[in-house]
Amino acid sequence: MEQLLEILSDLHPDVDFEECDTLIDDGILDSFDIVSLISEINEEFDVVISAEHITPENFNSAEDLYALIERLEEE
Amino acid sequence: MLFTSYRFLFFLLVLFTVYYIIPKKCQWMLLLAASYIFYAYAGWECLIFIGITTLTTYVAGRMIEQNHATQKNYLAAHKAELSKEEKKAYKERQKNKRFAVMTVCLILNFGILAVLKYTNFVIANMNGILELTGSTKVLAFQDLLLPLGISFYTFQSMGYLIDVHRGTYPAQKNLFKFALFVSFFPQLIQGPISRYDDLEKGLFGQHTFDWTNISFGLQRILWGYFKKLVIADRMLIGVNTLIGDTATYTGFYVFLGMLFYALQLYADFTGGIDITIGIAQVLGIPMQENFKRPYFSKGIKEYWRRWHISLGSWFTDYLFYPISVCKPMLKVSKWSRKVLGEKIGKRVPVYAASIAVWFVTGIWHGAAWNFVVWGLGNCFFIMLSQECEPLYEKFHNRFRVKEKVWFKAFQIIRTFLLMSSLRMLDCYRDVPMTFKMFGSMFTDWNVGEVLSAGVWNLGLGIHDYVVLAVGTLILFTVSMVGRRGSVREMIARKPIGVSLVIFGSLFIATVLFGAYGMGYDASQFIYNQF
Repeated sequence: MEQLLEILSDLHPDVDFEECDTLIDDGILDSFDIVSLISEINEEFDVVISAEHITPENFNSAEDLYALIERLEEE
Repeated sequence: MLFTSYRFLFFLLVLFTVYYIIPKKCQWMLLLAASYIFYAYAGWECLIFIGITTLTTYVAGRMIEQNHATQKNYLAAHKAELSKEEKKAYKERQKNKRFAVMTVCLILNFGILAVLKYTNFVIANMNGILELTGSTKVLAFQDLLLPLGISFYTFQSMGYLIDVHRGTYPAQKNLFKFALFVSFFPQLIQGPISRYDDLEKGLFGQHTFDWTNISFGLQRILWGYFKKLVIADRMLIGVNTLIGDTATYTGFYVFLGMLFYALQLYADFTGGIDITIGIAQVLGIPMQENFKRPYFSKGIKEYWRRWHISLGSWFTDYLFYPISVCKPMLKVSKWSRKVLGEKIGKRVPVYAASIAVWFVTGIWHGAAWNFVVWGLGNCFFIMLSQECEPLYEKFHNRFRVKEKVWFKAFQIIRTFLLMSSLRMLDCYRDVPMTFKMFGSMFTDWNVGEVLSAGVWNLGLGIHDYVVLAVGTLILFTVSMVGRRGSVREMIARKPIGVSLVIFGSLFIATVLFGAYGMGYDASQFIYNQF
C-alpha cells in the first residue's frame, strides 16, 4: 500500500490519497493520470491492469486500487 | 421522418396516447414497432443494415455470454482436480474464444460502417494520388446508401458487445428487446450513444402515467424545439450566407460567422438532444445528459467532458484505454522511459492513444480531411495545455488570480474562441480555405463596414436580429440558472400560473418566431448527417 500511495502522491502531491474516495467521481484523476498510473503499477507490481478494469469502483480510492492489484496478483 | 415535421408530432401524439393505454408489459413492444416505423421512413433498405447489426451483435453477445457460463460451470465442477496453472490455461483458452467472437462481430459491423461511409473518401484520395503520379486513370465514385444514424447505432451496439465481453453486464436474451435497444427512435439519429445498463431498466420496465414526469418531458421537448426552430434555424440563414461567399465575406465577417456557427451548432445539437431526452422522459425512460453547459468550460479538456459527453466517454472507454494500456503499449512505455527519460517517456502511450482517438473522432464526424484536421487540432491543443500545466502552476502561484471572477471569465472566453476557431474547419469544409479565412480575420480590417452596413446583407432582417438576441439571452439565462439545479423543477415549485406563463410564452414564441416562414423549410439537425 505504501508503494502505491507513493506513486499516487508523485502524480498529485496536493491530494490526500489515504482519505479521498472520489478520485474518479470528482475528476481528480483524469484519463491521462490513469494511464500513467497503470504504467507505473505495471512496473512496480508486475500486474497488468487492462481497459476492462478501469471503472470508478476500482479507481475511486487508493484502497480500491490496492484491492484490484491484490486480486490481479492472486490470479 | 424529421423531428421538425408535423408528421413526427402526430406520430408522437399517437405513440404517447397508445403507450399509456395498452397493458404495461406491452409498452416495450410498442416502442420497438414505433422505432421500426420511424426508421422505415428513412427507406426500407436502411432496415436491412440496422437488422444486420442487431442480429450479429445479439448472436455474438449470446455466444460470449454462453462461454462465460461454460467457463464458470467447468471451473466449479473441476475445482479440486485442476491445478492453478491448468485453471489459468483453461481461462486463457476461453478468453481467446470470446475475444475471437467479439473481434469478428466488431470487424463486420465497423466494416459495414467503413465501406458505406468512407469508400468515396478513399476513392477521392486515391484519385488524388493517381493524378500526382501522372496517371490518367480515374476511379469512379460509388453510389452507396448511408443508412440514417448508422454511426450512432453501430457505436452503441459495439459498446454493448465490448461490455458483454468484459463481463460488465449479461447479454440480453430476448432478440426483440435487444432490437429495441439498438433502434430506440428518439436517440437513433443523433444520440446520445447510450450504454445498455443505463437504458435497460427504462426501456423494458413498466411505466404508469405520471403527470410530473410527462409534463417535465413535454417542457423539455418544447425547449428543444425553441432552440432548434427559433435560434438554430434562423442563425443558419446568416451562417449559410457568410460561408457561401468566401470572396466577399472576409475579415470581421469571418469572426461573425464563427460566432454565428457556434450559436447555431449549440442550439441545433442541444435542441435535438432536449427533444430526445424529453420524449424518453414522457415515456418514463431516463436517459443520460449529453451536454453540461460546455460553453462555460475553462479549458479544452473540460470542454470535451461537457460537450457530446456520450461520444467522448465512448471513445475513452472503448478506444483510448484499450490502446493506451494494452500490453504492446506498456512495452513501448517501458522502452520510451528508458530511452527518452522518465518525464517524456511516460507521455508516449498517452499521446499515441490520444492521436489515434482524435483521428478517429475527426473521421467519425465526416469522411473528409477537414474533419481529420479538426480532430487532430483538438488533440494538439489538449496536449499543449497538458504540457503547459507546470507553467500555469507557476503563474497561479505567482499571481493568485485563479479564483478571481474576471480570470474565470477570461478562461471561458478563451476556450470558447479556441473551440469556435477549430470549428471553422467544419464550416468551410476545406482545410486551405479555412486557414485562409482564419488569416483574413487578422488582415482584413473591415469592422466598421460590417457593423454599419454588412450585417443587413446576410439574409437576416432587424426582426431576426431581435429574435436571435432575445433567444440567446434566454439561452444564456437558462444556462446560468441551470448551474444551481434543474430549471424545470425550480419553475414547478412556483405557483401554477408562473409555469403556465413561462411555457405558454415559450410555445407561442416557438410557433410565431420559429424559422418556418415564407420560403423556408425547417432543416435537418446537423448531427443527423453523422
